[in-house]
Amino acid sequence: MKELSKSRRLFPHIILWLGILIIVFPIYFIFVASTHTSAEILAAPMPLNPGPHLFENYRRALLEGTKNMGVPVITMMKNSLIMALGISIGKIIVSLLAAFAIVFFRFPLRGFCFWSIFITLMLPVEVRIMPTYKVISDLGMLNSYAGLILPMIVSATAVFLFRQFFMSIPREIAEASQIDGATPMEFFRDILVPMTRTPIAAMFVIQFIYGWNQYLWPLLITTKPEFYTLLIGINRMMSGADVQIEWQIAMATTLLAMLPPVVVVILMQKQFVAGMTETEK
Amino acid sequence: MSSKQYEFKSPILPYLLVLPQMVIVFIFFFWPAAQAILQSFYLQDPFGGRMIFVGFQNYAKLFADPDYWQSFSVSAAFAVCITVSAMSIALFLAVQANKKIRMETFYKTMLIWPYAVSTLVSGVIWLFMFNPNVGVIAYVLKHRFGVDWQYLLHFDQAFILLTLAASWKQLAYNFVFFLAGLQSVPETLVEAAAIDGAGSATRFWKIIFPMLSPTTFYLLVMNLVYGFFETFPIVHAITQGAPGKSTGILVYKVWRDGVINLDLGGSAAQSVILMVLVIVLTVFQFRFLERRVTY
Repeated sequence: MKELSKSRRLFPHIILWLGILIIVFPIYFIFVASTHTSAEILAAPMPLNPGPHLFENYRRALLEGTKNMGVPVITMMKNSLIMALGISIGKIIVSLLAAFAIVFFRFPLRGFCFWSIFITLMLPVEVRIMPTYKVISDLGMLNSYAGLILPMIVSATAVFLFRQFFMSIPREIAEASQIDGATPMEFFRDILVPMTRTPIAAMFVIQFIYGWNQYLWPLLITTKPEFYTLLIGINRMMSGADVQIEWQIAMATTLLAMLPPVVVVILMQKQFVAGMTETEK
Repeated sequence: MSSKQYEFKSPILPYLLVLPQMVIVFIFFFWPAAQAILQSFYLQDPFGGRMIFVGFQNYAKLFADPDYWQSFSVSAAFAVCITVSAMSIALFLAVQANKKIRMETFYKTMLIWPYAVSTLVSGVIWLFMFNPNVGVIAYVLKHRFGVDWQYLLHFDQAFILLTLAASWKQLAYNFVFFLAGLQSVPETLVEAAAIDGAGSATRFWKIIFPMLSPTTFYLLVMNLVYGFFETFPIVHAITQGAPGKSTGILVYKVWRDGVINLDLGGSAAQSVILMVLVIVLTVFQFRFLERRVTY
């Protein structure tokens, strides 16, 4: 491996740049489209350089929305944010408590609880949408944040990550805290949760993205525009004949919808990668 | 969990702790699952809500329906194509990124961030490039290469477009795992082989690739699950099942039959079949992992 010829040294760079190109190229089109007028896009082929309408388009997208759907991005972004935060924070809290019980306590139904949670591990919402829809509608939770969030908290990934992490913690710490007179909940709050910071951060990234990117579920249970998430908004903007679609606004919205989760991943890349590869294996 | 481990003792506290998770699992998982199973044995009149017990008739109807088998086979073909393309490209990129080269961190970040892009956005992006009326690539295909590009009319075009969009989205996920897998292959092992005269291809196929097999297997299952069950947004955005119903994958069919056609019994039977499929895949996955651990 010592004497690599120049071409062999360049090879990985070329391949990686190709990979990046494959990823960035389609997004460049979206960006360009979001800076032109609808007429320019419809007069195919659209220009390949950014146009002068960037601010105008994004202002309209953020504050007004398209003509066929009067909900501005700001409103939908708020909904997406509530849904993503509700799912990620809710799941982390519920899972921390459950993992704490399963790892640190011995109780008769422990095995039963463990297996009922385990079975949900890989089951995507997509396969149980209709029955879950019925439950939510029976509970009167259509068009509500609770309806958007609660069924998404089911899956067991977070419980498993925390369980694995808790099992690696030396039990002497728990025993010592008992001897010092701390109650189990004090141990949980003052020692265990602070120790779990990194896995919690990782889980937050993963669940935030998961929540932000939910599509089928909000599509089913939100019929009122004020509860639309961004992705549902994009779908509504893109429905209708090609000539009626306000492509520039829809594309601006698409880019805005990508932004928050991408920022989260880039800022927390390390925790996220570590957390992801640990949960699954 | 050995019994020697220190454990807290409390008669009620552990139940209070698992309660929220159990309530959610029961209300939003076991209850709907049970309802799906129950409903799959009934015929429901969508307006009056009257239920008539029909036994296995919903299943029998499904298995006798050529549309269902068509949907099943297109889903399987779709899942396999996505898995093969997204995994092989990601592995190739991960191998390059794992070499000690300049700008390593930049490359990794650039290939990891698309993990955050949602399946729907990926569908919209590819739709926009390939839309026969406004798409730039569609324009090039039509006017430079003389292709009759109408993916809503030609099944093969629709299938390719869906596969491209779905694989593009899955690249980053696979990349993250392959990179982590490659980083855990001991360097000394690879160097020893190099000293013994093994070329880079031999080193890869004889040493690195076998050591990656747990990662590869894990990704195989996850990609199949993704291809089968999580690609609804792409189909919904790009083809809506067209041409005809030919690209209506299983989850799309569940949705269409349940929401649009209001065939609740039939849709429930399909949900039950899908759940069984995922559970089989999960068990399969864990059997394998268990074996790996004991070896």
